[in-house]
Formats: sequence, C-alpha cells, structure tokens
Amino acid sequence: MSDPSVTVTVDGRDLEVPAGVSVLDACRVGGADIPTLCFGPTMTPANACRVCVVEVEGSRTLVPSCSRRVEEGMRIGTESDRVLHSRRLVMELLGSASELDRAGGDLPRWMELSGADPSRFGEAEPEKGRQPPSPGHGHESIPGRAATVFEPVKVEDELYVRDYSRCILCYRCVDACGVEHQNTFAIAVAGRGFDAHISTEFDVALPDSACVYCGNCVAVCPTGALVGKIEYDMREEGVWDETRQEVTRTVCSYCGVGCNLDLHVQEGRIVKVTSPHDHEVTQGNLCIKGRFGWSYVGSGQ
Amino acid sequence: MDIRLLLDRPTAAEREAVDRVLGSATSDWDGGGPSRADGHVARGGRATRRRRHLLLPALHAVQDESGSISRGALGYICERLSIPPAEAYGVATFYALFDTGKPRAPVMVHVCDDLVCMRRGGAELRIRIEETLGPEREGAGERSWGSSPCLGQCDRAPAALVHTAGTGYETLAPYDGVTSQVTIGQDRGELTLLRRAGVVDPASLDSYRAAGGYSMLDRAIGIGPEGVIASLEISGLRGRGGAAFPIGAKWRGVAEAMGPDKFVIANADESEPGTFKDRVLMEGDPFALIEALTIAGFATGATKGFIYVRGEYPVAETLLAGAVAQAYEAGLLGRDVAGAGFTFELELRRGAGAYICGEETALFASIEGHRGEPRQKPPFPTECGLFGRPTAVNNVETLVAVLAVLEMGAETFASIGTERSKGPKLFCVSGDVTRPGVYEVPFGTTLRHMLDLAGVGGSGRVGAVLVGGAAGAFVGPESLDMELTFEGAGAVGAGLGSGALIVFDDETDFGPVLARIARFFRDESCGQCVPCRIGTVRQEEALVRIATGRTIGGLEEERTRLGDLARVMTDASICGLGQTASTAIQSAMRLGLAGAP
Ligand SMILES: Cc1cc2nc3c(=O)[nH]c(=O)nc-3n(C[C@H](O)[C@H](O)[C@H](O)COP(=O)(O)O)c2cc1C
Ligand code: SF4
Ligand code: SF4
Ligand code: SF4
Ligand code: FES
Repeated sequence: MSDPSVTVTVDGRDLEVPAGVSVLDACRVGGADIPTLCFGPTMTPANACRVCVVEVEGSRTLVPSCSRRVEEGMRIGTESDRVLHSRRLVMELLGSASELDRAGGDLPRWMELSGADPSRFGEAEPEKGRQPPSPGHGHESIPGRAATVFEPVKVEDELYVRDYSRCILCYRCVDACGVEHQNTFAIAVAGRGFDAHISTEFDVALPDSACVYCGNCVAVCPTGALVGKIEYDMREEGVWDETRQEVTRTVCSYCGVGCNLDLHVQEGRIVKVTSPHDHEVTQGNLCIKGRFGWSYVGSGQ
Repeated sequence: MDIRLLLDRPTAAEREAVDRVLGSATSDWDGGGPSRADGHVARGGRATRRRRHLLLPALHAVQDESGSISRGALGYICERLSIPPAEAYGVATFYALFDTGKPRAPVMVHVCDDLVCMRRGGAELRIRIEETLGPEREGAGERSWGSSPCLGQCDRAPAALVHTAGTGYETLAPYDGVTSQVTIGQDRGELTLLRRAGVVDPASLDSYRAAGGYSMLDRAIGIGPEGVIASLEISGLRGRGGAAFPIGAKWRGVAEAMGPDKFVIANADESEPGTFKDRVLMEGDPFALIEALTIAGFATGATKGFIYVRGEYPVAETLLAGAVAQAYEAGLLGRDVAGAGFTFELELRRGAGAYICGEETALFASIEGHRGEPRQKPPFPTECGLFGRPTAVNNVETLVAVLAVLEMGAETFASIGTERSKGPKLFCVSGDVTRPGVYEVPFGTTLRHMLDLAGVGGSGRVGAVLVGGAAGAFVGPESLDMELTFEGAGAVGAGLGSGALIVFDDETDFGPVLARIARFFRDESCGQCVPCRIGTVRQEEALVRIATGRTIGGLEEERTRLGDLARVMTDASICGLGQTASTAIQSAMRLGLAGAP
C-alpha cells in the first residue's frame, strides 16, 4: 500500500509530502533550515525547547514543527518575523541560563545565525548551587543579576560526569533512560519551573540509583551536560581535540547482539565510544560493556 | 520493569497511612512479599501499574501524616505502585504542599503574600509571624511558616493555611478571627447560581433536596442526553474557567465518542489570584456540583467523573467528600443512578499546590500520577483526555450554571446577557473595596456598576482594576464603563478570565504589584518549555529592577526587553500559563502604571 500524500505550502511553495509526517519533516523536504534542540530523530518529540516553532495559518500561536503532523492544505511559514523572533529569544534565554560552550551539533550554529545575545539579561548571578526543591515558595531574584541553572559538577564514578550547569532540560536523557530506550527510569525531572532539573530520587548518587551505566543518556545529551569521564577530564585539561580524532567502526564482541561501535581515537587512545544512530538494532544505544568496557582496557584493569 | 529502591524503610505510621489509601498489599509486585505460588511468574504487575493514579493520594497521605515525605515513605509507595523512585520523586517535588527536604516542624503556617492579602493586612501579618516563628521555612520547634501564593480567600484577607501533621489543614481567614466562608457581597434578592449558598446546610443532602436539589437530575433524565445537550446549545452557555468554550459543543463531542470509557471532570483547582467564586459555591452548595456532574455523566455517556479540588481548600474538600458519600448512600451515584438505569461513579481528587494543574491537560497528568505538565493541543480533551480517553472538563461555575439552564429553560437563559455572553455570571471583587465578596450579575453589567456594588475603598478613587486575575489585564479608570462580557473585555484588551476583579486605588505603587505578578508566574511555571521556564524568570528580574530603580540600560531598554519576552512567551509557550504570563504586565506598561520615566 502506497502512503497517501498531502499537499502543504512551505514559505509559499507547494509541496507534496506523505500524510502523517511532521511539519518539521515537510519543511526540511522543502529546503527550510529549522533548528531543533530537544528533538531526537529516534525519539518521540519532547516538545520542550520550542526553538523549532513555525507559523501555521489559522493557528493563534506558533506551532512546534517537530511534534505537529501535517494536514492537507496546511500553510506553513518558517521565516516570518514572528518565527525569527521566537527562535532568537529561545536561544537567548537558553544561553542566559546554561553554559553552552561545549554544546555540539546545531546549537552553536543557531546561536550565531539567530543573532542571539544572551548577555542582554544581565550578569549571571554568583554560583550558589541548587537548593532542595521547594516549588512555588517565592524565589527572590538578586537585583541586576540573571539566575542560572548552576549546580556543582557531579563526578561520582569513573564512567561519566553530570555537569548540569550545561543542562537545557531537553528531556532527552530522561526519555532515553525511560520509555524510549533503556526502560530503567534512573533519572527524571524533579522540581518545578526554573528549579526543574534532572535528578535521581532525593538526588542520590548514580551508583545508589537504578542506573545500569548504559550511557544512552550520554549519547543523546546535546550540550555536554552528560559526558564520558575521559572526555570530561581531557576537556578540563584543554587537550580534547576532535580534529585530531579518528573514528573506526567495529562490532562489539561482548555478546551476540552485534552492536556497531564507533571508536573515537585520539593519539592512539580510545577516548569515547558511540553507536551510529542509523543502526537498525541499536539506534545509537549500547550497554555498559559496549560503551564503557574499553575504558578498563585503557586503565589497565 | 524492575524497580530498584533505596534501602530506607517507612515508619509504621507512614506505612499505615499509605495502606489506608492503597489497601493492604496483595501480590509480590505491590510489596506483599513473594508467595510460593508465584514461582517465576510475577502476577499483578500490570494491574499494579494501572494504579499509578493513586500516587498523588498516597503522597498526600504521607505528607498529612508526617508533615514531609521521607525516603522510606516514598520508597514504600513506589514498591506498592511499581513506580520508579526517580519518577515518584519528580512528582512529589512538583507540588508546593509536599516537603521532600529536611523534616519540617509539625505545624506549618502558609501565609498568603499575594496581591490582595498584601494590601489587606498581609504585610503586617508576615512581620508579626516572622517575629514569633523566625525566618521563613527555617523556624525550628513546633511551628514554622512559609509564604504562599493566593489562597483563594481574598474576600477574607489576610489569610493563612495551617497544616498540622497528623491532623490536616485549616484555613484561617482572616487570620485573627475567621469569618463566614460564604461571602456573598450583594443583597440575596435575585440570585440564581448562588441561590442556595449560605441558605442550605452544606453538609446535608436532605437540606439540599428540601431546597429543590436533585430536581434538575430528574428533569435531565426526563428529556434524555440529547435533550440536555440541545438545551445547552440553545442556552449559549460558555465556560466560566477562562477559555469561554461553548459547553454544548464540548459535551456533544464527548457524547459522540464511542464507548462508555470516557470521563467528565469538575475543575475545582481555582488558583487564579483574586478568584474565590468556585470555593464559595462548593462551600455553600456542594451537592449542586455533584448533581451537575452527574448530569454531565448522563448526557455524555461517561460512567466516571472526578472532582479535582485545589489542595488549599480543606473546607470545600471535606464538604464535597461528605456530599459524595451521602449521594452514594442515597443511590444518586454508583450503579443505576436514581433508578434511571445509568452508572456514574464519582471520585474526589485533591491538588497539592500547583496553579498549573488547573490547565486541563496538566490536570489529567496530575490525576494520572505524573508531573502536572500540560501537553500540546491538539488533540483536544474531548478526543484524548484523561487516560487518553474522551473527556469533558468544566469549571465549577459552568457546571452549576447547567442546573440554571435546565431550571429556567434554555431560551430564558439565553435571553439574559448579551449577544455572545449569556446567563448569570459570578465575579470575585476584592482589593481596595469596602464589601469584598462574590457577586452574581447578569452578563453585560459594567465594571462601574460592580464597583458601585462593592464600594471603592482605600483612597476612594480607582487607580486600576485587574480584570481576570494575574493572567488578566489592568484597565484604568477611563474604562470603567466597559461591559463585563467576553466581547466587552476583549475590546479593552483584557479577558474576563476567571471573573476576578482586583481593585487598586490611585495611591498604589504598582512597581511591587507588577513584580509580585511576575513572581507568581515564575513560581508557578511547570518548567517544561523554554519560553515560559526562563522567560518568566527574566520578566520577574526586569520588574524587580524597575521597582528598585536599578534598570539595565534605562527604562526604555527594559521595556523593549519585556516586550521581547512577552512576545516569545505568548507566541511560543506550550500552554495558557506562558501565553498569558505577560498580559497583565504589558497592559500596565500601556497604562503607564509602573516605571513612568
Ligand atoms: C494555567 C491555567 C490554569 C487554569 N486554571 C483553571 C482553574 O483553576 N479552574 C478552571 O476551571 N479552569 C482553569 N483553567 C482553564 C482550563 O484549562 C479549562 O479551559 C477549563 O477548566 C474548562 O472549563 P470551562 O469550559 O467550563 O471553562 C486554567 C487554564 C490555564 C492555562
Ligand atoms: S547510564 Fe543508562 S541507566 Fe544510567 S541514567 Fe543513563 S540512560 Fe539511565
Ligand atoms: S542532561 Fe543533557 S540530555 Fe539531559 S535534559 Fe539536560 S541537556 Fe538534555
Ligand atoms: S507554558 Fe509554562 S506552564 Fe505551560 S507548559 Fe510551558 S513551561 Fe509549562
Ligand atoms: S525541537 Fe521541537 S520543541 Fe524542541
């Protein structure tokens, strides 16, 4: 059965796209360049960052392109003043609250393209660390300072580091750990509003939580908030250099599933292992052995 | 899914409190210990997870018992309901009435510091309480205190809500001498919606029936579901919860959905600052809400209903719980309601301190045992609502107005009011007025007339009126002749919202008022989407800067920044909270109420 198709208009151009695809897909087919942050290609859209909003005729507000399906006759605008404004403000707001200098992918590019100026909201407030969540109980702001999501970095084991001052609360790690991939539910969003943050129960250390160290959360984090320990250490030392890394594809030998592994090698040392997102079995996911097993080799254990 | 729990165990009292809500454990999956017959097959896992909607009631049980939610107690709930502890912690930390940090003093006083109380003795009350109990949330010993957003007692300001571990909640309004909770401002003369409030005994079904109660259910049964829905369509009744959606269309949508697996919900989360009309209805005439919701079930074919009442309304909650029990006993709920052959089960759910849970999709998530995070619409609730099933959510006042439609007839109802706003309407008048309270007037009444009824207090001259609460808009003295209708409010850039009218006299310093409104949204944002989560913070920071005279780049630059924030929040937020978080502030800027250069 061939898919029925629908006709939509993107920035004035008529397009025929399969029924049921997202507005985002349709726009991209039409050649529009639309940023996404919380959207992961292998996951159900979290619809949280709102950087992907576009104009849909007849809709009072802008529409998140990642999580809205196309409808026959939909007229979509991706470049209106309204769209560009929201895109810029979302980038400015994110940049004003989180440290984004280690973000990968599209984030730096869009920060630049949208003309965002995160510093316009004032100087960041002094680092104070997160208080236990007390939603709704009146948070005083420090006059003249811009609140941030600063939290002291969490180094609790030799495998990966959680540096939530870089977190943009995209929900990707939570979904990867939970319903979407791992079914472990070790981490969730706790607190409310600006205090919302990723946490284990009562903020216990990861080794005390349900975490099985599959690292699938690390694989989906777009900002470097979740990062392998080796990468974290190398970045802190200033020696992490992706231009000097080579990537070799291999098959994991720990069990019979046959996951593809991409070994990232810098100066003869394996510094990170990922799995290709387009692999039909793993979709980018691995288990502790595949993702972190090699580090024991390097560390001589 | 295996659940990995922390090692902490609950105390005996915590375990008992949870068991009172969940019953005793029955299978290994819900903490009963393995039985030999189970072998390797784990029975009951799916049935247990289907009980996730009991998470919020279980958390309440523990909080009520101990005054906080300990690791052991949370773990026991997770074990019983098969919920991963990180998720349950995420839910517990979403609500203002739950404490998950260090154990709290046995008595906790939540002192309202919102718009109305702060101008009606609340500021002095706070100082007094701080002197006796020490700094906010820190006081050791028997009693501690914390500030709270609007408690829905603006007619009896200054208000506080006291929680005593092991006993429960008590509202002190006013704090120093509680007065009657049914504050109807005007003469009782021509009341319809409020007819029985303050007249019948709210704890007695007999009293309700003697005053004509339950005769509208009989009438509904007489004319059948189609007759009820057709009447509502003719009546022109539109929702009183803020969105003004026609109730006839909503109920028809759910009625036409196939199968009995659908829901009706009374939205009694009333948390909009300055709003207390639903509280007065529920505290004065609780059976009316139950009768109306039963009619909703009958008309839509839903066999199950919920009343979601805000956690800060202990009196309403107690009265409703008693009323539900009496209605069951009298055969007016359950199977074969009133001998008419249809089933309608009704459950009461208590919110736990989250304005956002009044947003209908967040309300579903909250009942289901998830964080109260709204979701994108479409799909709309009539198609995909509670537990993914077709659902009709209505405001308390809207439901009570259904009884009025049936009683006076749809045509008569439609003849009251204006072209687009029909029937009687409740307004909550508070702030600088001499007779604060709920007023029932026909749609079309002017703001000036309302102020005449309630009497302008303070300096005696109006500075501005905040129409619709924090999510509403300020209108200045030049607009007092506006009609209080959906279209009339729209014409002056406001909305009727929840029907709150907060009056500020002309000596008001609006700087702190605007900063407080901004803080409300900062505190109440669910945190899901960027425009609202961070935008509400940047908006509040800017208003604090303006109020304290430390602008970045001068007032004009602050205005531009606020305008930019307003635009992204309105355009790109997921739900109505973010979309309206800047409405009042922008209206104040237009009226020149704050930061005049
Ligand atoms: C942030 C927010 C809070 C809301 N709070 C309430 C509330 O407390 N009570 C209510 O009836 N409606 C509230 N609403 C509106 C509901 O989403 C919904 O439209 C309403 O309950 C429908 O009932 P109605 O058609 O009878 O008005 C709120 C909406 C938003 C966006
Ligand atoms: S490593 Fe795996 S199990 Fe642990 S938090 Fe990340 S996704 Fe969850
Ligand atoms: S830690 Fe990373 S993946 Fe998780 S919410 Fe934050 S930014 Fe997203
Ligand atoms: S607009 Fe605010 S309250 Fe609504 S979903 Fe977004 S963050 Fe939550
Ligand atoms: S990418 Fe669409 S909301 Fe984040």
